[in-house]
Amino acid sequence: MAERVIKLMQGNEACVEGAIAAGMRFYAGYPITPSTEIAELCAEKLPALGGKFIQMEDEIAGMAATIGGSLAGLKAMTATSGPGFSLKQENIGYAAMTQIPCVVVDVMRAGPSTGLPTSPSQGDVMQAKWGTHGDHPTIALCPASVREAYDLTIRCFNLAEKYRTPVFLMMDEVIGHLRERVEVPNPDEYEVFDRLKPLPNEKNYKAYEVRKGEIVPRMAAFGDGYAFHVTGLVYDEYGFPKTDTDVAEKLIEHLMNKVADNDEDIITYEEYEMEDAEFFIIAYGGVARAAKEAVKECRKRGMKVGLFRPITLWPFPEKRVHELTMNRKKVLVAEMNLGQYVIPVHRVKMPDCKVFQYGKVNGEAITPEEIITKIKEAY
Amino acid sequence: MSQGSQLIQDNFRDNRLPHIWCPGCGHGIITRAIAQAIDNLNLDKDKVCVVSGIGCSSRATGYLNFNTLHTTHGRALAFATGIKLARPELKVIVITGDGDATAIGGNHLIHSARRNIDITTVLFNNKIYGMTGGQSSPATPYHEKGTTSPYGTIDPDFDICKLAIGAGATYVARSTAYHVPQLTKHIQKAIAHKGFSLVEAISGCPTYYGRKNKKGDAVDLMHFYKDYALDVKMAEKVDPEKREGKFLIGEFANEERAEYVDEYMKIVERLRQEGSQDE
Repeated sequence: MAERVIKLMQGNEACVEGAIAAGMRFYAGYPITPSTEIAELCAEKLPALGGKFIQMEDEIAGMAATIGGSLAGLKAMTATSGPGFSLKQENIGYAAMTQIPCVVVDVMRAGPSTGLPTSPSQGDVMQAKWGTHGDHPTIALCPASVREAYDLTIRCFNLAEKYRTPVFLMMDEVIGHLRERVEVPNPDEYEVFDRLKPLPNEKNYKAYEVRKGEIVPRMAAFGDGYAFHVTGLVYDEYGFPKTDTDVAEKLIEHLMNKVADNDEDIITYEEYEMEDAEFFIIAYGGVARAAKEAVKECRKRGMKVGLFRPITLWPFPEKRVHELTMNRKKVLVAEMNLGQYVIPVHRVKMPDCKVFQYGKVNGEAITPEEIITKIKEAY
Repeated sequence: MSQGSQLIQDNFRDNRLPHIWCPGCGHGIITRAIAQAIDNLNLDKDKVCVVSGIGCSSRATGYLNFNTLHTTHGRALAFATGIKLARPELKVIVITGDGDATAIGGNHLIHSARRNIDITTVLFNNKIYGMTGGQSSPATPYHEKGTTSPYGTIDPDFDICKLAIGAGATYVARSTAYHVPQLTKHIQKAIAHKGFSLVEAISGCPTYYGRKNKKGDAVDLMHFYKDYALDVKMAEKVDPEKREGKFLIGEFANEERAEYVDEYMKIVERLRQEGSQDE
């Protein structure tokens, strides 16, 4: 195996490097703190790769052009932060409805509104799930280190291409702006998945027909020789608008089920000191690092504390969270918001397991000491 | 050049017809003019991409047999920009309306014009929001009525061609659903033009605009466009009193300026050469 290149990298930078490694060749976006380095690095790197970068006139246009780039055959990405993530929601729903793969990076800053633009937050977790209107699938991944930002960006593209849906990389500002040593993986160490296309010159190509044994319709690009139609209206297997109730039901069920039926392929998590833990923490992103330190400290004091770190935020790892609450007395959900991810934990936990929440929204990251204090109170 | 039903067969998804537009609507005429212009230019149909937003006009993409994209309200140009940049060999045409392009999508219109990106916009101007039932738009003439301006609009309307020229569009023309040969010629020139082009196609909406403003039926609206349109080349020659109450049609801009995707590809090429020198 070739030796890995070692680099000092920022989370935002690792995201761009990972995206390029995954084959991203189209970026459209709008400047917004604290995600701007992603746009800047794409502007610098993509032209040399023959890729395309464009700074659009607003966040909405950034999302629209990203979808257009993907439909024209390139792996496409955009990046933003809270206010921009809000603006992009309508077109995110369009990508979900029309099943056009793309990656949206949200480097979460403190909100609501302009809030604290340079301060970390995890306040967009529920927006990722429910931000756009109507029932739609959501896949969202959350890195806790710079290396993981690299790996998960590749995975975001793989999932987007495989399930034909927009995929979110939810980075908190802690990880986005953190610099740490990264061993950059070699290409033979990761998988890159490309969307399935129809065979060349296929007659009677139906743009939205799911073929036997496949998960999603095969996707031609505009210009490939198939004169197909794409619309945000409810559509049939040819892609044309239909108002029939059965067509509508079948379509929305397909959108939901292609992700729900494959949650085991999509959901990943890390467990730390969970085997004999009586009390465990659920934390993700930058907070999970503080939580891990807190677990180490608690263990030194003989407290049986563990950590469950969801790497896939959505779909929610409900089977595993349910299992973990079966024979454990208490769970603490620590997050940089006033209680978002704790909501589905309440929904799936066993009745005898008590749920505590520690949230922080003052623009400072959560520290191990704060988590330890909270554990001591609740233990 | 194909004629009549041959034109429909060659360029339309005839199994998607009849269209959803009201009797007397001008949109079918304009859509046909677009198909005729594409046909006259003998474009490779696999390389034609037509993008629309939301509204009456934007339903046209469903009927045209090319790579077609029916997007979100106001955003057709932003989607089209992504497609054109990602795949420059495509001929990208945007179909939009007055509300779609100049209200909710106004930002994308001016920035597409500023970039001079090689996209042709055919703006179906029926001076009203038809799909939602007749609300006034930024193109509803001053003091005229819509369901949201029952006492007449108090905000002046845009001169869409001047707006496009001011923002940097390099081919700009206006015609109507009455002046079909001119309209077709303008669309044809716009598609052949390198850079951002806009053709404002005035379309009669007897159902809402005509009815709300007591302008009569579809035929009366056609008569109005016939009688009150004045070619820009003629405008300077006629007496001032004969210009009273008339609106201008014709070509307002036709110039050359650096095109966005070409400029981008120059950077790609420069970096490629520098890269090969490094090796």
